Amino acid sequence: MFKIVRREEMSQGNVVLNEIEAPKIAVKAKPGQFVILKANEEGERIPLTMADTDPAKGTITIIYMVVGKSTALFKSLKVGEGFQDVIGPLGKPTHVEKVGTVVCVGGGTGVAVLYPITRAMKQAGNRVVAIIGARNKDLLIMEDLMRAASDELIVCTDDGSYGHHGFVTDKLREVMEREQVNQAVCIGPVPMMKFCSKLTKEYNVPTMVSLNPIMVDGTGMCGGCRVTVGGKTKFGCVDGPEFDGHQVDYDELMMRLQAYCEDEKRCYEHYCTLHDAK
Amino acid sequence: MTETEKKKKTERTPMPEQAPEVRRRNFLEVPTGYTEEMAVSEAQRCLQCKNPGCVKGCPVNVDIPGFIKLIVERKFTESIRHIWATNSLPAVCGRVCPQENQCEGQCILGKKGLPVAIGNLERFVADYEREHGTGALPPKQPPTGKRVAVVGSGPSGLTVAGDLIVKGHDVTVFEAFHKAGGVLVYGIPEFRLPKAIVAQEINFIERLGVKVECNAVAGRTVTLDELFEQGYDAIYVGVGAGLPSFMNIPGENLIGILSANEYLTRANLMKAYKFPEVDTPIPHGKNVVVLGAGNVAMDSARTAMRLGAESVRIVYRRSRAEMPARGAEIHHADEEGIEFMLLTNPVKYLGNEKGRLVGMQCLKMELGEPDASGRRKPIPIAGSEFELACDLCIVAVGAGANPLLTSSTPGLKLNKRGYIIADEETGKTTMKGVWAGGDIVTGAATVILAMGAGRKAADSIHKYLTFGW
Repeated sequence: MFKIVRREEMSQGNVVLNEIEAPKIAVKAKPGQFVILKANEEGERIPLTMADTDPAKGTITIIYMVVGKSTALFKSLKVGEGFQDVIGPLGKPTHVEKVGTVVCVGGGTGVAVLYPITRAMKQAGNRVVAIIGARNKDLLIMEDLMRAASDELIVCTDDGSYGHHGFVTDKLREVMEREQVNQAVCIGPVPMMKFCSKLTKEYNVPTMVSLNPIMVDGTGMCGGCRVTVGGKTKFGCVDGPEFDGHQVDYDELMMRLQAYCEDEKRCYEHYCTLHDAK
Repeated sequence: MTETEKKKKTERTPMPEQAPEVRRRNFLEVPTGYTEEMAVSEAQRCLQCKNPGCVKGCPVNVDIPGFIKLIVERKFTESIRHIWATNSLPAVCGRVCPQENQCEGQCILGKKGLPVAIGNLERFVADYEREHGTGALPPKQPPTGKRVAVVGSGPSGLTVAGDLIVKGHDVTVFEAFHKAGGVLVYGIPEFRLPKAIVAQEINFIERLGVKVECNAVAGRTVTLDELFEQGYDAIYVGVGAGLPSFMNIPGENLIGILSANEYLTRANLMKAYKFPEVDTPIPHGKNVVVLGAGNVAMDSARTAMRLGAESVRIVYRRSRAEMPARGAEIHHADEEGIEFMLLTNPVKYLGNEKGRLVGMQCLKMELGEPDASGRRKPIPIAGSEFELACDLCIVAVGAGANPLLTSSTPGLKLNKRGYIIADEETGKTTMKGVWAGGDIVTGAATVILAMGAGRKAADSIHKYLTFGW
């Protein structure tokens, strides 16, 4: 078992942080890589990009939004309990180098994935402007950590309950207008990554996005995570999870993410009914 | 003895199995196994040849007449022990080996009638031991102090582990999935190889002292160099092929098109056929097309039927004679109502506005001159395009070499197609202290061939650990 040593709830319990004992993964993991977690014998294999690692303590941190049965099950795990299986580190690490000014844009729980990359970009000597957004103030996560990891932090909410009233793309445009940006990193919901990439393309800013397609093994064996990048089929798990944002076929990715939506709804309802009965 | 009695004695004892109309909708094992009487009666058919062809036909050279003789004498426990000397996975091999091309293909009785049912007998004694056995373990050599890492827990890795542990070496098996067994667990369906049997085989080598470490992705969680740093003296790489091939035709990323690897892993390893009691979903097609005609294609088609499909079609560009699947698998699929659309090749997938598969465009083919594989080359017939409606397509057209481990191990030389170059007789690779075998060397093949490679490598590793490279 992979024991949970720290657990926090954010966004009124919609988002959960788990710090998990996984020493072998913690010493090897680099920013941008993911793990696959399985709660119990009947559980599904869920890929999540790590939000942090602590090699000395031998722990990794994941942050996820509760969206269905599997994440609800993850949320039910207490400190001292744990995951039956954690596999990783998987995927290619983020390519981090000093390029000048980097804009790191995060939406929703994508901010969790963005955080270690932002930190690494700053450590590499870049000037880092971070833009994070959420639907409203309650859903915003990791503001303080992101502020510490960047040279400048801009916060946006869709409903204006905090920071800039509007989308992250508004602020991204502003930053690219006012200064020379050498690279963008955009991580969040697929539509957000799609529109950020569209915008950075206008300004010719190389852009990296991190994708989270449906997958089973995470080692290139099943091909369930097929994404079209630059007209070619790539496997999200081994060729990614990061890709050139200007080349990704986001519409196809959005469709493929819907593959099991009916099943997932059924499974979640089944779980909630059982849960309520208890 | 009357004529009928004589005839009965010389006829091959059929394997009892679930009726096709019943089994096509359940996941229980298809053949139900011989009774003791059936096994003894079948064993009596063996002529006990002085120079047995069957043994030569077996990639691990099981002493077949020897174990069959013990069945005739009703010494079932002795019989399984006799098999164990050369084959550590008899319950598996008795079920999934292509006996018709191996042991049974060489049986002298096959010249005039049907060969001895060697596979059925092997399965019988293995099952007998599981149900009635004492659980006693084979003898083990004293510890040598040498440590061996086996990467991959499929048939070749398990063979290496089983062979080396009894020779006194300390063996650890590393498996990328959360459960050990490799293709035996994720690939071969429950109705052909019950997972409880695989678990028992793995438990057997664990009781012998083999350590099994799951969730260890070689090349990611741990590299071969790190294993040497950790003090392993030798490494065996048996990671399987592990890269699905697709058709590379338009529309392949529509929802409802899965590699056989994904489809079978969901069904077998993740037990998605029990969804929503388990959490992993699997697409349920009404009209299913399976591309390819090997064993994996048959497994996929029969799984789709069991998941409730109205129609399941195997679409294959060559003819029946070229189908690579075992005869028994084709026969079983046929009985279960799988349709065969032969000399047919898809050229394009068709989708709806939601990105879901609704059909495919196919071409009719005819056979021309033999190609590089020695099989007659399928040639498209001009103007023969037609549409085939389907809502699920399983692509089972073979596998390639997964580069995850090999790309992180520069010392391993690969061939043009990315498979590891290893000596055919010993399994030695170009990297000192590293052996390889199974599908990552040969490309997709069979369980028993992978075991045969494991056996040879284990012998070579033992020699190395005793005398040096």
